[in-house]
Order: sequence, then structure tokens, then C-alpha cells
Amino acid sequence: MKFKFWGVRGSIPSPGPKTARYGGNTTCIEVRSDAGKLIILDGGTGIFALAQALLRELPVEANIFITHSHWDHIQGLPFFIPLFIPGNSVRLHGAFDPVSGNGIEKVMAVQLQYSYFPVREAEMKAAIEYETLSIGQPVEVGDAVVTNTLLNHPVIDFGYRIECNGKSMFFTGDHEPYYNIYDPDDADYAEYQALIDEKQASVDAAMRGVDALIVDSSYTREEYPSKKGWGHGTFDGAIAMALRVGAKHLYCTHHEPTRSDDELEAVFADLMQRHTPLPQGLQVHLAYEGLEVVL
Amino acid sequence: MQKLSAELEKRLGSAVESMPAFPKSVQRVLELTRDINCRPKDLIEVIEKDPVITIKVLKVVNSAYYSLPNKITSINQAVVYLGVNTLKNLALSFSTIGILPRQNGAGFDIQHYLVSSLVTANVTRSLCAKFAMDVDQNDAYITGLLLDFGKVVFAQFMPDEFNRALKLSEEYNMPLHKAEEAVIGTDHTLVGARLAKRWQFPNSLVNCIAGHHGPEYPTPLAQCLHVADLIAERLGYDSKGKISARGEVEALHVRFGGDLDKVIRELGDTTKIIEEALQFSQAGA
Repeated sequence: MKFKFWGVRGSIPSPGPKTARYGGNTTCIEVRSDAGKLIILDGGTGIFALAQALLRELPVEANIFITHSHWDHIQGLPFFIPLFIPGNSVRLHGAFDPVSGNGIEKVMAVQLQYSYFPVREAEMKAAIEYETLSIGQPVEVGDAVVTNTLLNHPVIDFGYRIECNGKSMFFTGDHEPYYNIYDPDDADYAEYQALIDEKQASVDAAMRGVDALIVDSSYTREEYPSKKGWGHGTFDGAIAMALRVGAKHLYCTHHEPTRSDDELEAVFADLMQRHTPLPQGLQVHLAYEGLEVVL
Repeated sequence: MQKLSAELEKRLGSAVESMPAFPKSVQRVLELTRDINCRPKDLIEVIEKDPVITIKVLKVVNSAYYSLPNKITSINQAVVYLGVNTLKNLALSFSTIGILPRQNGAGFDIQHYLVSSLVTANVTRSLCAKFAMDVDQNDAYITGLLLDFGKVVFAQFMPDEFNRALKLSEEYNMPLHKAEEAVIGTDHTLVGARLAKRWQFPNSLVNCIAGHHGPEYPTPLAQCLHVADLIAERLGYDSKGKISARGEVEALHVRFGGDLDKVIRELGDTTKIIEEALQFSQAGA
């Protein structure tokens, strides 16, 4: 199995000279099983460049898994060129939205409205299928299996674990580590803590022992207090998570749109200085557009 | 569980989806959700006092979609799974359905019902903590809160029949559930239980709601609910249940020692529970 980052930016595309090295596109990760099956995690703007690359290998059989429906994770979908070409097949997977009552088909439909996009779904010539996933429902994609886990974000967010012939990876999508919403002297504090400890344990189990853990590391620990509850994690939190679950490699992604490449590297250098030497042989990387990893 | 007539089943089927929430909680949810920095615990405090919003939230998180190994019975648990923002938007969407009118065609006092339910919920929780420690306190609270939910469903969706039942109960000094049975052909225990089942509540709780007017109280939680109901009635918050009318009340389970007054004394000061419930139920202000 191997994977490649096509978009590593959070929130909004951030092109320009200050982000040229790590890239300004929003989230998209291409995964290939050993047998070459195509799995795409999220359809941020990075999916457009991936789409161009895929034109060399028609017909395309794409299995897209959406972590959640916020713009930066779906915005590139209408520009996924294989959708327009007959003979291709695109299967879109994702969560059910309990507030709107919509399944995953809505993330396409909402973008393909007359006022916002010139092409209707009926005019897209690929075979398009939608699969709204139940929580924990495994999906076989050729020789790989993709299993979702419900994580913590302001909208339903699935982290995905992909297994293929003994190798494994996990992508959080957007996730903020659980925290107690009560103050220590509140009556509900202990009960709530027990609930989140239990949930945390089940999330950790879903990530356990992966070869590659790709984590929303939006903020520094200094930035986090003013962003608490926004649904994103920190670099330090990502390292703690990787150590807890025994991951071999950690990839930090969802870079802040305002953070320049130089600033990102400075933040990362500080992080590594504070955490070196890392136990358990953990290796930590900053994700960048074009980074390809073979497991 | 006894069967409902097909017609009644149909009338109740859509009842909860279109059920509006209570005035004060709708007002508080709208207020809190206008503030981007609203504290999650403040929102939870409002939601867990409103039986309608509580039911709808738990219905979502207990739905087949989440396929959780254990049924969720508290709003705190729901927050851990759904996240604060999703819970906030769910509460907001339920709140926009409207508010339960203070006056309904049945002449049933909604405010009094709400206070009664909150008192019953809190007393049930306290009883379990003292007399049945193996019962989960979330289960105790939620079942107490929803025990009489069938009444508000009757008031909202079958106002004429329910009005006749209320009058019959008043006129002949008979327990309300018997009057309901005579007029409607079923009573609020059955309707509440049927709905709770539909909302995917745990069977153990559904059975407690179904059997909360006896004749048997087979589980510790059922026994605590029975006593809580009697205490709420004694305190004046029985939402017209009249369960002790004509002295048709089964004896307390042995775990309570047989003396209701002694149990009430052991609970300590109940005025605080009532004050808090009254404060919450006052709309407007």
C-alpha cells in the first residue's frame, strides 16, 4: 500500500509564494492498495491535481471517502475530471448528517446547483454511486478494507483506517481530542470524564499500531486555548496520540492557512526539539503536497 | 405489551416528530445558540430538563445509524458521540418546530406537567442513589422524566378524549390512567412505553414506563419509580395522576421499609428540587 498527499492545507486554499513548498490546496490524499485499487480520502482542492494525473490511466475506478462535509474537504469534488468521462466509475462514501437528515449524496448535490456550478449531475458521464456509511461499517475495496470511526468535530467526522495485506494507515480528517466540558468542581465532571475516557479508548483502539497515522495538527499548543471547541488538534496532541496508539510514523497535516512555510518549519523545529528523543521509534513528518509514502 | 388499535397507533405514530418543545427551554436554546461562545454545559443543562428535546436527541444517537453497543440514556453521553456543535444544531432544529402551547384543548396544564416530571426525575435519581445503588443514575433520571410523557402526547394529539378522561378522573376521584383506559381505550403508560420503544430506548426502561402503575414492580428501578411517583404526588406534583385515589396503591417494596413518610424524610430537603423545577418551567420572564 502507498499514499500521496495532494492537499495538506486546512480551512481555505492558500496559494502563493509563502506556501509554495508545502502547498496551498485543501485536503486530499490518494491511497493505492497493493493491487492498485484507488482510494481517495477527501475531495478538497487537491483533488483537482490528482484528477489530472488520473487522466493517464483511464478508465478510472475511484473510491472516494469523505471524512466530513466542511468545504475544505469537499470543494474539489465537482472538478474531479473523471466524473465527466464515460467508462469511469466513482463511488462516494461518507457519513449521514443527523441534523439535516442528508446522506453523503448531498455533498455533491449542494455544489451542483445551477447558481453555483454549470454542470448537473445528470450531465456527468461516469457511473456515480453514493454510499452513506454506518458508523464502524467496513468497506472492502479490492484487497484493502476501509473502516470508519466517529471522531470529534463540529460536524459528524469519520476517521478512516485502511488495511491492506498487513499494512495499515489511519487518517483523522478533522479532529479535536476529547476534553471535559465541565469544571472540576461541577457535579457532572467525573461522569463526563469517564464517558470521554471510554470514547477515547475506542478511538485509540481504531488507530492502534498503524504504520502511518495522518493527523489534524492545526494549532500549536500556544494557539490552542483560544481555538478550543473549533474541532482541531495540536502538534503536541498528535504526538501524544501517536505514542498512545503505537503508530510508527506520524504525518502532521491540515496546516493553518495563515502559516507560511517558514513559520510551519519553525513550529515543527520547536516541536521536535521539545520531543526529541521520541520513544518507541516514532518518526514525525510534516505533510506536504506531493509527499508519497510507501508502506 | 398490550396492543393499540390500528387507528390509535397511526395517530400516535407521527406524534413525537411534530411535537413542539417546552416554552422556557426553546427560549433558552435560542438565546444560548446566538452566542458563539456559549458554554456547552449551559446548553446541556437546558436540554436535559426538556423531555421533548431530550427524547429527540436520544432518538438520534440511539438510531440504527450509530449502532452503538449500549443504548445512550443521558445527554452527556450524546455530547461525547455527536459533539457539542451537532447537539446544539439538533436542539436548535427541534426548537424551531415551535413551543407547546400553555393552554391546550384538553385543559391540561403543561407547566405543571413539566414541573411534575422534573420532580419525579430528580426524586427517582435520589431514591436510586439511596435504595438501589446498582441502578444507573442516568437511567433513573431519564425514566423519571419520561414516565408520564404519554399524558402530554394525549393532550397534544387527542385533546378531546384526554379532556374527558381528566374530567372523569376528577369527578369520580379515580386514578387518571384508569379514566384514560375507560375513555380512550388505553392509558399513558402504554402510549409512553410504545413511543419510548419507537425511539430506541433500552427495553429495561421501556418496561418501566409501561408498568409504572403496577400491578407489579419487578425491577429495582421500577420500584424506585413507583415510590418517586407517590412522593411527587404527596408533594403536589403528580400532573393529575391521582394514583392514590381510592387507596388503590400497591405496597412499597421492602427495600424502602414500608413507610413513605420515612422515605421522604430520608431524602432530605425536597423544596430545593421543586424550586429548581419551578424556576426552569417558568416561560417568558
